[in-house]
Amino acid sequence: MEILLAIMTGILYAAGIYLILRRSLVKLIIGIVILGNGVNLLIFLMGGLVKGNPPLILSEGKALEGLYADPVPQALILTAIVISFGLQSFAIVLIKRAYKVLKTDDIDTMNKTDDIT
Amino acid sequence: MTVFLIVILSSFVFSLLLFGIGQKTFQRMTWFAALLPISLFIYFSSFAKSIMNGEVYNSFTSWVPSLGINLDFRLDNLALLFTLLITGVGSIVFLYTTQYLKGHPKLLRFYVFLSIFMGAMLGLVTSNNIITLFIFWELTSISSFFLISFNNTEAPSRKSAIIALTITGLGGLALLAFAVLAGQITGTLSIAEMLQSPEVFANHQYSVILMVFIFLAAFTKSAQFPFHFWLPGAMKAPTPVSTYLHSATMVKAGIYLLLRFTPHFQNNSYFFTTLLIVGAITMLYAAFQTLFKTDLKGILAYSTIGALGIMVFLIGIGTSASITAAIVFIVVHALYKASLFLVTGTIDHQAKTRDITKLSGLRKVLMPLAIAGLIAALSSGGFPPTVGFIGKDLIYEATLHGGLNPVLLTTMAVLTNILMVFAGLLVGVKPFAGKQNEDLGEIKKPHFFLWFMPMILAVLSLLFGLFPSMVEALFTHNITPLLTGEESPHLAIWHGFNLILLLSAITIISGIIIYFIWKPSHKKEGSMMKFEAISPKSLALKFSDLFQKLSYILTRTFQNGYLRRYVMVILVLLTLVFGIHVFINPRIFLSVKEIKALNWNEIVILAMMLVSILFTVFTKSRLTAIAGMGVLGYTMCLIFVFYGAPDLAMTQFSIDTLTVILFVLVLYRLPKYLKLSNRTNRVRDAIVAMSFGTFLAFTIIEIMNETPLKKTSEYYAENAYVLAKGKNVVNVILVDFRGFDTMIEIVVLAISAIGVFALLKLHLKKNEK
Repeated sequence: MEILLAIMTGILYAAGIYLILRRSLVKLIIGIVILGNGVNLLIFLMGGLVKGNPPLILSEGKALEGLYADPVPQALILTAIVISFGLQSFAIVLIKRAYKVLKTDDIDTMNKTDDIT
Repeated sequence: MTVFLIVILSSFVFSLLLFGIGQKTFQRMTWFAALLPISLFIYFSSFAKSIMNGEVYNSFTSWVPSLGINLDFRLDNLALLFTLLITGVGSIVFLYTTQYLKGHPKLLRFYVFLSIFMGAMLGLVTSNNIITLFIFWELTSISSFFLISFNNTEAPSRKSAIIALTITGLGGLALLAFAVLAGQITGTLSIAEMLQSPEVFANHQYSVILMVFIFLAAFTKSAQFPFHFWLPGAMKAPTPVSTYLHSATMVKAGIYLLLRFTPHFQNNSYFFTTLLIVGAITMLYAAFQTLFKTDLKGILAYSTIGALGIMVFLIGIGTSASITAAIVFIVVHALYKASLFLVTGTIDHQAKTRDITKLSGLRKVLMPLAIAGLIAALSSGGFPPTVGFIGKDLIYEATLHGGLNPVLLTTMAVLTNILMVFAGLLVGVKPFAGKQNEDLGEIKKPHFFLWFMPMILAVLSLLFGLFPSMVEALFTHNITPLLTGEESPHLAIWHGFNLILLLSAITIISGIIIYFIWKPSHKKEGSMMKFEAISPKSLALKFSDLFQKLSYILTRTFQNGYLRRYVMVILVLLTLVFGIHVFINPRIFLSVKEIKALNWNEIVILAMMLVSILFTVFTKSRLTAIAGMGVLGYTMCLIFVFYGAPDLAMTQFSIDTLTVILFVLVLYRLPKYLKLSNRTNRVRDAIVAMSFGTFLAFTIIEIMNETPLKKTSEYYAENAYVLAKGKNVVNVILVDFRGFDTMIEIVVLAISAIGVFALLKLHLKKNEK
């Protein structure tokens, strides 16, 4: 499963990059979202996959024992998910605004600051 | 003992003090500024007696001892020579300027920079630590920049200042390289201690590099060919600056550096040969150029370059006689050249022109100035009994016993000196001789300072000439042995009838003949301008233009304003790195066993993921793309659920839902989903994206073969409950161990929320758009 997920990470990256390279702003943002998923999966894989053993201490225990999923990558990913939401929501509203002002969705026509008010 | 440190810093403190006084008050008490150089001159003079007896003063304050950089000052006889020049000529220039720039609105600024320069120059010549020497060296370049561009409302001034700073700044970098390299090899940054490893400078694998760097530093600062061209440009500065920085002191910093390192390179014949060649080219080239100049300061600029060339040439001969000649010539040149510059300044101030073809007969109005000019010109030409005569004798003495090719060396020296006689007479005598030019209008008598200051210097030239034993006792007697280890020859004005006297006579007579035959004119100057296109200056400027164009093209290629290009450059480079790694070092282990171990729910998740990705990428509808993106997020959730990350699954689920809702909410305000790129671009992008994904996947598989470090995880696993009393380890990490990070994350989210709110609520009125 690790190897298949590694390949899947590669596919996620490829899909994200392909969409980022489009000229449409909407595609750009979807691309960033997909790329973000790829990054999260990559970090998750680096911690090693452990099936069905979440990093929770049992009610009578004082420390994690036996086989457990690595908590550090999970903490990182949790942060990443939340932050990327901040980025995505801002970006979505921004393109809405940009379209309203510039009447275009084409990134290539947005490389001048003079027209933006 | 930290006394030198205080003395040198006093100039910088003084410049701050001047600021405190303020422009208005300062205009009424300009004499105050001159107190600094005068008191420093007296201070350094007080060392003269004991240093003449061979004493050396050290002052050590540690600064960055771990790097070997210390405020280590050392006053020996060579340093004393320069400190006396700096403070002595400084005093005269400070006083002269009080009248020369009287009432100038930026007078205060002038003195501030001049004081900074003086402090930097004093630091330069007394530093025993090569890094502090470099710092002061750069400070002189920077203060010189501000003084050249003093008339900063004029474009030529600014341009000259930039050229000067560029050239001397490049040299400064070379000096830093020299300092670091020499420090690394010898293991010390102290110039005196470096002497203990002479083999490094004589015959080490790096000695050639060391030489290149020190040459670059010295030749740029001391305006040697082909770096000389910044100096004539620097004449855009007010005349006192040209006198002080660009003739008497700063340009001699390169000479000082070469002299200071002469003992280090003693056994390195390449060092001396290079100096000999460069000095010879510079002095002949510059002396020849003086024939074609009509601006008094232009003539003086080239004769200064010529004089600097003579000094480098003399150091290059490398005998004790030639070093003595160089030292005497430093004194000679400082006295007569500063005097001539100040004479020129006064002429310019009174007659409002520096054009040699227009100036004549000024002696009727400016009699005392004419006397000063005459004496300075005589010293410049090496007429007896001025000190210039002794200087010239020593030069011939050195070339005649120069070892390599005495005839050639002497011929070059004689040729240069003939033209120096001519240049001196042209500046010091020509404006005062003959009939008065009526076109100049009425010329007022100058203020006392404006003729008295050059007169002091001129009289000193005469005085030292009459009593050469003063120069010998003060300087050459100690400096020559310090630099060469040999006794200095005895200085005297009369050596009897010999070859040197004959050469002197030939020089003087030829110089006078040229002065009477050759009349400088604008036509002759114009004829030389034809060669301007191949002069080092134009070549350097062309090179810099080319460089700008190149960097423009380069910037435009990589940063063309299209987002895709930026992303593409980064990706292609990364892909190359990954690709090279995978090809050179393939360590991929695929095991079939693992694939067999898959169970059905894993297969379903992978399939769902793949399908949602493909949908998102290839669909033609915006809604489908967003739905695909949402499904992809949910499959991520499932992976988190299966592999022991319930917190992640919950977060991913809610965030993914929110993103999709937000997207759909604004979706109908968004443009239609258009295919904007053509087929070629799509294929190209697909290739880049896929190759990046492929190499990344390979790299991940490779990394997964390594055993991961689990130390951090174990720490949290053991201490989550013990230290933080929490049983969900992920939560404990976020809110307890890394609580501050989480708080900052919340701040980021809040900022983003404010941004979203503002963008949604922003309603610009028509006229604000």
